[in-house]
Amino acid sequence: MALVNIKIEGISYQVESGMTILEAAKACGYEIPSLCAFNHGECNLASCRVCLVEATGARGLVASCVYPVAEGMEIRISSPAAVEARRNSVELLLSNHNKNCQQCDKNGQCELLYVAQLTGARDDAFAGSYSERHIDRIAPALVRDTSKCILCGRCVERCKNAHGLGILGFENRGFNTFVAPAENRSFADSPCIQCGQCVNVCPTGALMENSEIGKIDAAFKAGKHVIVQAAPAVRAALGEEFGYPIGTPVTGKMIAALRRLGFERVYDVNFGADLTIMEEGTELLGRLTNGGVLPMITSCSPGWINYAEYNYGDLLPHLSSCKSPHQMQGAIIKSYWAEQNGIAPEDVFVVSVMPCVAKKFEKEREQEKVNGIADVDAVITTRELARMIKRSGILFNRLPDEEWDQDIMGDYSGAGVIFGVTGGVMEAALRTVYYKLTGKEKEAITFEEVRGHEAGIREASIDINGTVVNVAIASGMKSAKVLLDEIREGKSKYQFIEIMGCPGGCINGGGQPYVRSCFLPNESDDILDTYKEKRAKALYTEDERQVIRQSHNNPQIIELYEKYLGEPNSHKAHELLHTSYAAREGFNELD
Amino acid sequence: MNRLSDAAVAKIEGICERYKDEKTPLMMILSDIQNEYGYIPLEVQELVSKKTGISVAEIYGVVTFYSFFSLTPKGKYVIGCCLGTACYVKGAQQVIDKFSEILEIKPGETSKDGLFTLDALRCIGACGIAPAVTINGKVYPKMTPSQVAEVVKNYKEKEAATA
Repeated sequence: MALVNIKIEGISYQVESGMTILEAAKACGYEIPSLCAFNHGECNLASCRVCLVEATGARGLVASCVYPVAEGMEIRISSPAAVEARRNSVELLLSNHNKNCQQCDKNGQCELLYVAQLTGARDDAFAGSYSERHIDRIAPALVRDTSKCILCGRCVERCKNAHGLGILGFENRGFNTFVAPAENRSFADSPCIQCGQCVNVCPTGALMENSEIGKIDAAFKAGKHVIVQAAPAVRAALGEEFGYPIGTPVTGKMIAALRRLGFERVYDVNFGADLTIMEEGTELLGRLTNGGVLPMITSCSPGWINYAEYNYGDLLPHLSSCKSPHQMQGAIIKSYWAEQNGIAPEDVFVVSVMPCVAKKFEKEREQEKVNGIADVDAVITTRELARMIKRSGILFNRLPDEEWDQDIMGDYSGAGVIFGVTGGVMEAALRTVYYKLTGKEKEAITFEEVRGHEAGIREASIDINGTVVNVAIASGMKSAKVLLDEIREGKSKYQFIEIMGCPGGCINGGGQPYVRSCFLPNESDDILDTYKEKRAKALYTEDERQVIRQSHNNPQIIELYEKYLGEPNSHKAHELLHTSYAAREGFNELD
Repeated sequence: MNRLSDAAVAKIEGICERYKDEKTPLMMILSDIQNEYGYIPLEVQELVSKKTGISVAEIYGVVTFYSFFSLTPKGKYVIGCCLGTACYVKGAQQVIDKFSEILEIKPGETSKDGLFTLDALRCIGACGIAPAVTINGKVYPKMTPSQVAEVVKNYKEKEAATA
């Protein structure tokens, strides 16, 4: 890469040509206040005008996030004109911003508030009228409030990049512009898969999860038996909300916190994950040996299920009929657990802590109910759990490490843990399928070839005693589409496919803590490139620490089948643990 | 949501096909559809999305950005009131307000009988005759609010005579 000589604040530097001024300044040790620019130019509309600097050779001030460096360029970040312009830009944004910050769940992690403080912006600098406010609270997973939107376009780009979908776009023009699904519809009335990737990149509170903390409060008030279950990926990221380095597993402290929040039982969804493997593994073996529909595709990710129902209605028979782990476990809590404890299912309130917002939608599905009773009553994200812990005055960092409740569904295997990362469900299933086909455990327990932490497609051929299973893994719908189109065209060579909605799997789910350099001063500059790998590593490490590494060796799983379910895919198992799908129209007809 | 006739689908697909080698075909496609049908509803945008790979939200964004495109069918007579700078200072706002009042529609809307659509236009380049109004291409120079009722009446009578 060619180098160019530039000066910043009068000091000479050599930087790579082609860099933007913002990137070059960062490399030289300057953090120019910026707002709309995100993730190596994933969003670079230069719409916010917060990153203005002086640069020789340019007409007026330039937006450093898009303006490239050039040989001999002299850049001034600290000139009075640049400082004032940046402050004015933020003041203009504030002049059309709903500033009820104390009522906003983004408070503390709001990038607009952050640059307002940095630039010294005052909210009354440009008083005037406000754009019309549009709020969408209809979708179970997501809330959109245009009064908080700064029109940066990050969400628009993320939806296209992660999924090739582009649900959100800019509507109308000028002062009336807002970001919405076409026709300003609710997410619920568009082909949005409710994955929440847009929430993860939103700099303000314009896009948020639909919080269900209130439902939990109400359940406690009503005297219900409130049971909580936490998904594997939560423990790999919750610590970030309390200042731990990214990738620090905080399983023990999380359990301790959940107990202090008053939950009657604290369970790991890993038990449900093991149960899923038993059911899904058996289903796969059945399809392999009885000429069933292949390739079979995993069904743990509700974002992916939404995508399939909207776009690939013809391929739904390929989906495993298994419910996702937390739904399975919810069904068991409301049946077997309730029976064992002499409690009516209606008096049990199951809360799932998830790295996901689509799970909020999933739990509402009619197909996820047993005798009219929902498996799960409330889903909160990793972020919402952190809020609950903070408001209760629990000093997370000082908590002791505690253990999951052990009755009935306390054991879990390492196979369940790795569900949280792309390739994990596949690996967990292969461990059990290997055993079922050969009658013995695989000596080298891991299937390294299916591991990863990024979006994209990975494939492998696994030879199990002469039976070759071709598998593929995709996360993010853009990648999944390639595999799905192959199936549609009859060209797929795979028997088993794992698809996760979010790029990188659940560790990068739409309910995970926000990753923003400005709020993570102790993380390295490249944290946006490395956080997925770090979170994934936390899960693989926990897998290695488990004595039991395969779902079929979990003693409480064995007991559950012996005492209650019979065997995998039995009639009872189907009633409780399996579901169905139906093609849906993306833009449904509105009333 | 596909309630389009087979003929319409074929025609729109044909329009998309026409520009398949263009680097940025969207404006041309939408412009042809607007000229052909007079409006571009969501069903049509979905079809264009399918053919071009451009997301529906992006297409909808373009349709709502340019006032030339319409989401709803236009009336038989499209009244365009220029609100450019010259027309505006000569009282174009009062003219369009009068049309609004008499036709009982806001700018951008179509009257219930489907006869009139009222559009607010940016400068149409007829500043010498400001304020200018066009109705289906016919130019009405130096309009005043007091002439509006007469103009509307003439069109209504013309309509009644042919009915």
